Amino acid sequence: MNLSSADVSAITLTLQLAAVTTLLLMLIATPLAWWLTHTQTRWRATVTALVSLPLVLPPTVLGFYLLVLLGPRGMIGQWMQALGMDTLPFTFGGLVVGSVIFSLPFAVQPITNAFAAIGARPLEVAATLRASLWDRFWSVAVPLARPGFITAAVLAFAHTVGEFGVVLMLGGNIPGETRVLSVAIYDHVEAIEYGQAHLLSAGLVVFSFVVLLMLGRHSGQWQRTTT
Amino acid sequence: MNTDHLNTIDAHFRTTLGSFELDAELSLPLRGVTALFGPSGSGKTTLLRLIAGLDRAPGSLIVNGEVWQDDRRFIPTHRRALGYVFQEASLFPHLSVRGNLEYGWKRVPAAERRIGFNDVVEWLGLETLLMHRPQQLSGGQRQRVAIGRALLASPRLLLMDEPLSALDSASRADILPYLEQLHRQLELPIIYVSHALDEVARLADTLLLIEAGKIVYQGPLVDGLTRLDLPLAHRDTASTVIDTAVVSHDPAFQLTHVARQGIAFELPGLHGTPGEPLRVRVAARDVSLTLSPPNQTSILNLLPARILEIADDAPGQVLVRLALEDCVLLSRITRKSAHALSLQPGMAVVAQVKSVAVA
Repeated sequence: MNLSSADVSAITLTLQLAAVTTLLLMLIATPLAWWLTHTQTRWRATVTALVSLPLVLPPTVLGFYLLVLLGPRGMIGQWMQALGMDTLPFTFGGLVVGSVIFSLPFAVQPITNAFAAIGARPLEVAATLRASLWDRFWSVAVPLARPGFITAAVLAFAHTVGEFGVVLMLGGNIPGETRVLSVAIYDHVEAIEYGQAHLLSAGLVVFSFVVLLMLGRHSGQWQRTTT
Repeated sequence: MNTDHLNTIDAHFRTTLGSFELDAELSLPLRGVTALFGPSGSGKTTLLRLIAGLDRAPGSLIVNGEVWQDDRRFIPTHRRALGYVFQEASLFPHLSVRGNLEYGWKRVPAAERRIGFNDVVEWLGLETLLMHRPQQLSGGQRQRVAIGRALLASPRLLLMDEPLSALDSASRADILPYLEQLHRQLELPIIYVSHALDEVARLADTLLLIEAGKIVYQGPLVDGLTRLDLPLAHRDTASTVIDTAVVSHDPAFQLTHVARQGIAFELPGLHGTPGEPLRVRVAARDVSLTLSPPNQTSILNLLPARILEIADDAPGQVLVRLALEDCVLLSRITRKSAHALSLQPGMAVVAQVKSVAVA
């Protein structure tokens, strides 16, 4: 059985969404993780809990509130319209916003753990060797936290590929625009096209398994070289 | 630039950390090795970290006329021209030995570098290790790299926090000579934290005694070791050090003759080469006193001395502090002997030094 062009477009869209989401997540999660590692304010616990919310909330709850907030009557939606922008629901941009929030804990937690594992000492050593804070971040913290960055990127990518609820609530099912893989599978099942559903589903199972396997191997290798 | 503070370090920190209270005021010459000595938990490392700017506490700090901290200013660590050697080598695990050594060196403008990369590598014997990862090195090698890394950042003040205490005795013996050469070869003042008195006796010129967060003595090493109102003289291992020079060797009896203006010692073993400086250490329990030189004795070192002060020591014992030319000796004798000889400050006596050791 061959993939229909609609399915190919769903796969392409899914990969695009995962790539953009991962990129944005690295840019957002890195400073957030750094702040969470080094701050001493009492807001730390609050922010950690907020970042972790998507882990426990049903995606539909998240999707629902995003829809309300970003929609034409929502606070952010109205503000965007006032600036002459289109509202985000039912667009690719809307999916990106939803995915970033939904996968945020998957990116923030590994990076935070990696920064925390470095400890204060290497950064102190770098400071006594004339490195400014910015310099210490790039020359010491980032290289030493590399395994955390890799884990974060892989998890964020894979998790975005697998998301369904947020997409459905926020993106609808517009072919080529917001119709991603998980939604396509849902449609096939609804239409009793089990062959197509199998093809896409099995593909996702294999993809996810390979990702997790490589992640495990990678972190194992890293542990062996550092101990 | 405040010219009052040139070539000195003046600091005053006052802070409370939990139940620990630090109130340390110090003013030291910026030359040679200053040992910051005290029992564990006395605040040695805390004080060193405050000087480095790694921790922050209210106070002031002026190093060689440069304000590093006062009520308004706090110069961050990376803009202080210091080097810091931690207890553990703390090499960067993601960099090779070369990468570690170059880390600080690259961050100092070429015009401000005070030491050459290859000189440091050669001096510390690191040529063959440059491509290695820190994980492949022994403890002693790692600490040598850490010392080299700190030196290559061209510090004007080197801070060392018990750099030998995490090492086994073989690695320690491997590193000590480098530390001795360090301040002889480089014009680099060092503050050296230690709780090992033998390291202090071997390396230091100036002593900073700290107890429960307070500086109880700051001044020349010998006074700190021998003043009877200070705790070190009353330790079991109380001793003095004397900086001498090697005069000659006696191969037949395996003795080394050392001397310094008016004083001469013979010590067992062959040490150094003639003319070379040698610091010797004399323990208080190895010095006994007589009023006139004995005719026949097994003791080689008989030295005319004058009593400076006498103080009670452990039960039944007294400590006698003696002037020997411009040096100081300690003698621990029984109270009975002191009474029998009617020892008084100012008296001339003969010190019989049973054993002199290389510090």
